Amino acid sequence: MSVMVRSKINGDDIEFVCQPDETLLDALRDRAGLTGVKEGCGTGDCGACSIMLDGALVCSCLVLGAEAEGRSIETVEGMANGDQLHPLQQQFLQHAALQCGICTPGFLIAAKALLDKNPDPSEEQVRYALAGNLCRCTGYDKIVRAVLAAAKQMRKA
Amino acid sequence: MEYLAPDKTADAVKILAKAKGNAHVLAGGSDLLVRMKTGFIEPDLIVDIKRIKPMQEIKKTASGFSIGAAVSCATLGDHKPLRKAWPGLVEAANLIGSDQIQGRCTIAGNLCNASPAADSIPALIAANAVAVVKGPKGTRRVPVEKIVTAPGKTSLKRGEIVESIHLPKRTAKMADAYLRFTPRTEMDIAVVSIAVNLTLGAKGVITDARVALGAVAKTAILVPAATKLLKGNKLDEATLDALAAACRAACKPIDDKRGTVQFRTQVAGTLAKRAALKAYTRAGGKV
Repeated sequence: MSVMVRSKINGDDIEFVCQPDETLLDALRDRAGLTGVKEGCGTGDCGACSIMLDGALVCSCLVLGAEAEGRSIETVEGMANGDQLHPLQQQFLQHAALQCGICTPGFLIAAKALLDKNPDPSEEQVRYALAGNLCRCTGYDKIVRAVLAAAKQMRKA
Repeated sequence: MEYLAPDKTADAVKILAKAKGNAHVLAGGSDLLVRMKTGFIEPDLIVDIKRIKPMQEIKKTASGFSIGAAVSCATLGDHKPLRKAWPGLVEAANLIGSDQIQGRCTIAGNLCNASPAADSIPALIAANAVAVVKGPKGTRRVPVEKIVTAPGKTSLKRGEIVESIHLPKRTAKMADAYLRFTPRTEMDIAVVSIAVNLTLGAKGVITDARVALGAVAKTAILVPAATKLLKGNKLDEATLDALAAACRAACKPIDDKRGTVQFRTQVAGTLAKRAALKAYTRAGGKV
């Protein structure tokens, strides 16, 4: 029995049909065509599928698609303002904070969640806030520097 | 599989009571969806309780705090009055998984998942928390230490759901603390954990205490001997040593890749001292 789900995704009203046991991760990718969310582990350990769900940072692999009914979702696809990249995206490029890129959308969403709450985090706070996101390429250092640089840029803006 | 999201507790109880096959309650889903993904369970029915409004609320009442079963641990961390009254419990809740997990996971779910190493359970036991359980036969108020019976097993009967967790009233001279040992600082599971909840009287004398250990027995356990030896004393060195010995004596851990029996027992005593000092200082005691 399929479920009809109506959500607001990146500000747009979206309807999709999914199976009741389908994760929101799969529904976003396969039904809504938003492939920015990635499946790394599928068990909430790697953070590659991170999204904002009604303002809360969550792993979309641990949410059912059916749960999204009436909820508001933000994904990496909604971060840039038209052609203007978000400061976090700019600084990730500037600092070469990615290599293969699979983890990047999750890191960007988690970092944005941190900066929305705390515009001036310490390095330690950044590392704690990103502990739920795994990256096997960068060794994290460039990611942490990019987030701190973006925070600085956003405080000046 | 069927997915239902009722908006009343009574409806959820009715649905679960008459459900055929494997029915599961979905709170945060951070354990349930993992078990589905890894094939441990194949639910026929999932009852999502997040649309039930009372389950989404933190209420401050004359008798304390009431935390709805669907309130996420991130929400607990953002709640200033709760953090002030129960710093140890909030500490424990905010050690579960990552920020992403905390955006979903709940203390009622942590309790009902019934892991021996669950972070919030020792803190709830030390807090003297009561689970408000709704079922086909009405409401039961169950001390949290009576909910978990074995790893993955609870005393909840068919159709019963934890609707909220009740925490008793606090004064300025009461405080709790939670500490755990993990090889990593984040995203790890407790090898040993402890929660200490103290009430101080005049001149820093402890008038009441509850101590609970996690990951050193098949369930989180209350240590009644600790209550007995702390009551009527200040937190001097002799009392701390006696507390450590009582906590070590209460341990019945297993050997596994995360820690040996000997290591877990030793660390339980060390953490007991540290957590007691933390709770004592928070309650206004001087050491």
